[in-house]
Amino acid sequence: MSAPDRAPMTSAVSTYALRLGDDALVLAQRLSAWSSRGHDLEEDIALTNIGLDLLGQARMLLTYAGTVEGGSRTEDDLAYLREERDFTNLLLVEQPNGDFARTIARQLLFSTWQLALWEALQSSADETLAAVAGKAVKEADYHRDHAVQWTLRLGDGTDESHHRMQAAVDALWPYVDEVFTVDDVEQALVAGGVAVDAASLRPGWDRFVDGVLAEATLTRPEDGWNPSGGRRGMHTESFGYLLSEMQHLHRSHPGATW
Amino acid sequence: MSSSGASAEEKREAELLGELLAVVQSVVDPEIPVLTIADLGVLRGVEVDGAGRVTVTITPTYSGCPAMQTITDDILLALAAAGYADAAVQTALAPAWTTDWMSEEGRRKLADYGIAPPSGAAPATGASGASGARGASGADDADAGPVPVPVALSVRCPQCRSADTREVSRFGSTACKSLWTCRSCLEPFDHFKVI
Repeated sequence: MSAPDRAPMTSAVSTYALRLGDDALVLAQRLSAWSSRGHDLEEDIALTNIGLDLLGQARMLLTYAGTVEGGSRTEDDLAYLREERDFTNLLLVEQPNGDFARTIARQLLFSTWQLALWEALQSSADETLAAVAGKAVKEADYHRDHAVQWTLRLGDGTDESHHRMQAAVDALWPYVDEVFTVDDVEQALVAGGVAVDAASLRPGWDRFVDGVLAEATLTRPEDGWNPSGGRRGMHTESFGYLLSEMQHLHRSHPGATW
Repeated sequence: MSSSGASAEEKREAELLGELLAVVQSVVDPEIPVLTIADLGVLRGVEVDGAGRVTVTITPTYSGCPAMQTITDDILLALAAAGYADAAVQTALAPAWTTDWMSEEGRRKLADYGIAPPSGAAPATGASGASGARGASGADDADAGPVPVPVALSVRCPQCRSADTREVSRFGSTACKSLWTCRSCLEPFDHFKVI
């Protein structure tokens, strides 16, 4: 790469790492709220373990984003001291937990995407992103499997569980479109072999999710209203509440450590 | 003369490295204290530079493994206690940790401790093109029919050795373990997940 290209590319890598890190961080925060709220001990442990994996991924990505942008911001600065408009996660991951079916639907839609992302990102030209993906891909495999098993059980379960699972998929479907949207920042990184072309993952995602929905006797919702804006810092109503809970301790007691 | 000096120097260095390795290898996993970090495959290397500064490289089992900070502290404490205060611990992410790195000794100790060791080798993944193909094939299978169900080797009960066991949850008491129960002796147990 020629020298004049390097500065914008570096800033784009930081932006990309931050996006993927924010996805993992925000979903980890959502899942952590299931701690002591699971319908049985095993599920309580499963959802929080998945959250812990995501938190680990977020820490590596946020640390890297801070390093690439110049090293002045740590993972904690990025997680606890940014405002709502500075977060660049997908709208899908910030959607409220709702009932268990809603959480599982969010897991299915997201982890199917994230697994495909990590698989592809393992061959990124960026060594750190490739290394993070190489670790995370093994974890995401378990996450997707967990979501698939529950989707089948709830969808093809009782009338009540089927109804709730269908309602959950219907409610979250509008947020799928944003996941596969590629803006100029990512387009440039895709061209440089650094980022994964999200749009290219859509056909595989569709085939997999369609297969799960069909086997779970669920109906794939119609595509329609497609809200977006997460990558630009435009979030949905519940996100501010999530942030205030996540950041409260750090902001009330600056510099607090365990 | 100069060559004998160099070889004495090399010998001293090899001795020093051996001593450092012995100290670092003795550090145990805080959550599974029968295993050392060497048994686990978490310890990736020990180096010492000309000024005597020690660098230990470790790799996390899972991205979110909360034991990494404790392991780092324990390594530094063990080195300091042995007289090597000038030390640092660095974390390497690649190549990604796999249960294939767990030593035979480690597997035996795990089973004795009541945790079923990883069963079989990890599926081939990695930075090669094969990984991408794996994702695509998963999606293609879904296209062809039912969702693919991974077939796993049976896990032996660490208490009674029965193979008649059942997975209760893919997620257990720590990120690296799944929860099982034995149909023969009816005891629950942890299984170290193959990754």
